[in-house]
Amino acid sequence: MSQTVTPFLEMSQAIMEAGGEALKKCYQCGTCSGTCPWTPITHFNIRKLVRYGQLGLDGIEEFMWGCSTCKFCVDRCPRGVELIDIVTAIRNVYSGGGMLPQSLRAFVGSMSARGNPWSGDQAKRNDWAKDQYPLYAPGTEYLFWTCCTVCYDPRNTKLAKATAEILKLSGVSWGIPSVEVNCCGESLKKVGDLELFDRLKSANRDYFKANQVSKIITVSPHCLAAFKKDYGEDYEVLHFSELIARLVQEGKLSPKKDLGGVKVTYHDPCYLGRHSGVYDAPRDVLRSIPGVEFVEMERSREQSMCCGGGGGGLWMEKLKGERLSDLRIEEAMATGATVLATACPYCITMFEDSARTLNVDEQIKIKDVTELFLESLGINIDEPVVDTCAL
Amino acid sequence: MSRIGVFVCHCGLNIAKTVRVSELAQFAATLPDVVVAKDYKFMCSTPGQEMIANDIKEHRLDRVIVTACSPLMHEQTFRKVLSASGLNQYLLTIVNIREQVSWVTHDIDEGTAKSKALLNGAVNRARLLAPLTSRVIDVNPDVMVVGGGIAGIQAALELANTGRKVYLVEKNSTIGGHMAQFDKTFPTLDCSACILTPKMDSVMQNKNITLMTSCEVSEVKGYVGNFDITVKQKARYVDHDKCNACLACTEKCPGKGVSEWDEGLVKRKAIYIPFPQAVPQKPIIDRDACTYFIKGKCRLCEKVCEQKAIDFEQQDTFSTMKVGAVIVATGYDLMDTKPLVQYGYGKYPGVYNALEVERLFNSAGPTGGKVTMRDGKEPQAIAILHCIGSRDKNNYEHCSRVCCMYSLKFAHLFKEKTSADVYQFYIDMRAAGKGYEEFYNRIIEEDVKFIRGKGARVAESADEPGRLIVEAEDTITGKFIKLPVDMVVLSPAMKPRADSKDLARLFNLSTDKYGFFMERHPKLAPLSTMSEGIFIAGVCQSPKDIPDTVAQANGAAAEALTIVVKDKMELEATTAMVNPASCCGCQNCVRVCPYGAPFFKEDKGVSEINEALCKGCGLCASVCPSSAIIARHFTNEQVLAEMEGLMEF
Repeated sequence: MSQTVTPFLEMSQAIMEAGGEALKKCYQCGTCSGTCPWTPITHFNIRKLVRYGQLGLDGIEEFMWGCSTCKFCVDRCPRGVELIDIVTAIRNVYSGGGMLPQSLRAFVGSMSARGNPWSGDQAKRNDWAKDQYPLYAPGTEYLFWTCCTVCYDPRNTKLAKATAEILKLSGVSWGIPSVEVNCCGESLKKVGDLELFDRLKSANRDYFKANQVSKIITVSPHCLAAFKKDYGEDYEVLHFSELIARLVQEGKLSPKKDLGGVKVTYHDPCYLGRHSGVYDAPRDVLRSIPGVEFVEMERSREQSMCCGGGGGGLWMEKLKGERLSDLRIEEAMATGATVLATACPYCITMFEDSARTLNVDEQIKIKDVTELFLESLGINIDEPVVDTCAL
Repeated sequence: MSRIGVFVCHCGLNIAKTVRVSELAQFAATLPDVVVAKDYKFMCSTPGQEMIANDIKEHRLDRVIVTACSPLMHEQTFRKVLSASGLNQYLLTIVNIREQVSWVTHDIDEGTAKSKALLNGAVNRARLLAPLTSRVIDVNPDVMVVGGGIAGIQAALELANTGRKVYLVEKNSTIGGHMAQFDKTFPTLDCSACILTPKMDSVMQNKNITLMTSCEVSEVKGYVGNFDITVKQKARYVDHDKCNACLACTEKCPGKGVSEWDEGLVKRKAIYIPFPQAVPQKPIIDRDACTYFIKGKCRLCEKVCEQKAIDFEQQDTFSTMKVGAVIVATGYDLMDTKPLVQYGYGKYPGVYNALEVERLFNSAGPTGGKVTMRDGKEPQAIAILHCIGSRDKNNYEHCSRVCCMYSLKFAHLFKEKTSADVYQFYIDMRAAGKGYEEFYNRIIEEDVKFIRGKGARVAESADEPGRLIVEAEDTITGKFIKLPVDMVVLSPAMKPRADSKDLARLFNLSTDKYGFFMERHPKLAPLSTMSEGIFIAGVCQSPKDIPDTVAQANGAAAEALTIVVKDKMELEATTAMVNPASCCGCQNCVRVCPYGAPFFKEDKGVSEINEALCKGCGLCASVCPSSAIIARHFTNEQVLAEMEGLMEF
């Protein structure tokens, strides 16, 4: 292959116009690629992506789908380059030209036709609730925003129920949205379909407006980040872990069941930690549970690893040896923990898959902080972490 | 009726590009009392100045308006033209249409319109200007130099050699600064002590220099030519007049303190001199480490001191020096790299910062000049990480300028003193100094490995306990590198001294966002500050190497000399005065003045203004509720007339 290239500045201009303005600032020091969790295990190279973008070089397609938007590079970048904006812009420009990978076509198609990424029937969005939980109506204080993934994905409907059960006990005024709402669109934006994202966003904003929604609780950090950063400043948005931490602190919920010394480690979801700055609330919740021995992994909080599920990664296939979730499971097991807790449905999906394919799903359980907390309130909706007979 | 001349400068295209200058001159000609209005390519040139002088004569002008650049640039130039033509220099008005108009717009219509508004106001004000007479003050011939590193030492020696009396004030117990900590200096690799200690000794021996170690400036009063500076002499607990530097005390002392000199790598005694060539060669007691001060008994040093120089009762003392000019040369600190957790400084014993490594190379250092690590072993592989916190928006945006070169020097010394493999992780190699590129080439030939990519993380090796792994991308091959090493050297950002902002407040200096002192003009007055008579040199202004620091120190000495060489100097006449008949005695003026010029006369119940301290900023006049304060050259009538002129647009 010829090594001769000519910069194609129209392309870099197009990327900048699609929101990748930050291309200009990069001085190619390699901090991003040296920090990126993918660099050691895949061919994806975030620095090269930016370089190709700066010069509008052919071959960018090779790199553009590798990023899971974990934001580690953005936080470290000495030039303050908004790399995720660049990734999004590049995907926008090139996927407009029909370069969307096969695995993402179903994802985008479902978003467009059904307003959710799981090809779920929109009318069945609330089936998980079995009419047991209140519907949001004007005058209700909190909208409990159920992420599409907890509505449709069988593993994650448990998380939806756990959250709803805690809300029932919390004493706050809350309700779930009607089936007419769409996906928040966060992942859709990151795969570059900015036009469809705007459509979903504006439909959701219409729903919020019609129902006078001002306070939102999310179960997914991805919805949290979308509402906070992309939906304007109109709403007070809380992640569910923040609400539990507050209720525990105010004495309104007290975990009583002792979990008997179970060793739990916690994985910071990128969109809760680095994207939203919430590190302490989920830890506070875990520490409030009697009989939980909490241990940190070596890489935690601001330095946390990524599960690989962001930026559309949840819907893309990765080869064995190229999965961050596998590495993270290994890190979790190295602490001696038997429960890997997290606070994001995407992370849960990624880790459940990895635990199964690594054949360690008996040794380590994947739980949302919310699920553990519900168990400590003495309510079992699912297989408990601790065998009650053993207590 | 005034006779006003207006002179519009093009400043080449600097102004003419975004202001229609001839239209501006034509507009000026239509204004009342303007008898001549011209535009010209470079008004500050000799023909430009002659044009103004001729027009003053020909048109019998009694006011001159120059519409050009900032008054900081050429007010003095044009004032001289007026004086030479027999007009009082304060009858000049400068309208700044460069910095305030043409440089801040791309729109020629906007630029022209704003210039007209400013000029219209200026004409209104010019009519009301009054002739003023400059004040002449006495000048104190002495100079104070604050900071006893290489910059302060050099400046003090230069000044002392011209016969000036110099007070050299140093916070630590010895002069020498960071340079005295280094083993070798780049690019010549000459021994730092060999070139520095003779200068330190010269300071000690120079009759014109009063060396004040363990001292800090605590109060600054006065003004250019007549500063009154109060210096705190911190208690040393050793009477240096009696001490004969036998150092018997330091041998017997059981106390242990952390050696700042050796960057905390080793302990020192509680009574100590920082290093063998310290100047002065006399010890001080570190109160926090002294057994007597901690436990109430010991006093071994006192027992062995034949001179009876130990004085546990010594207190801090204060003395006030009168000087005509000041040079501030307070140097730098390295940034604390602990918060950059990805590099493991403070966590892994194998991670060092640059100054620690300087001490490891030094024969008077903690290892006697042998490169052995905290575990006593000699490293087999060493990674030097550039740009740690420098060129970094999250920390310090500037390039620290010296790190590329000292990192090369480290590589050379590692190669010389160990058999280790040495790697440099860099972003850009910056070797822009005399002999620097040649030095870079020399180090390349010594088989140092250069990896173009910023170090991203330092972690503990899982396979080999105690070893470290440096992670980075080699951006040239695009490969992710995991390099096992024994030792990691961080080259951290240089930042101003922790107390630089306090010092800035004392001396009324401005600082950049990090605390580096701001020069008056980045190109044309790099050693002056906005405070008249106060000069800066060395890294306290911005990161720089030793050659540049020494050159600046010489320059600052010359600048200070231009002030103190004269017996008398002329000060601006644009000061404020109080009309005692209207003064209500509220003392607002006393409270707001940044220069301490207004004072309250208890007996008369009114404020007065010390003209020598007044800079004519007008703050007092603006807060005076009874309009008793008149800011000369900016009277209420003059300012209001100018504003009316502006409002007409």
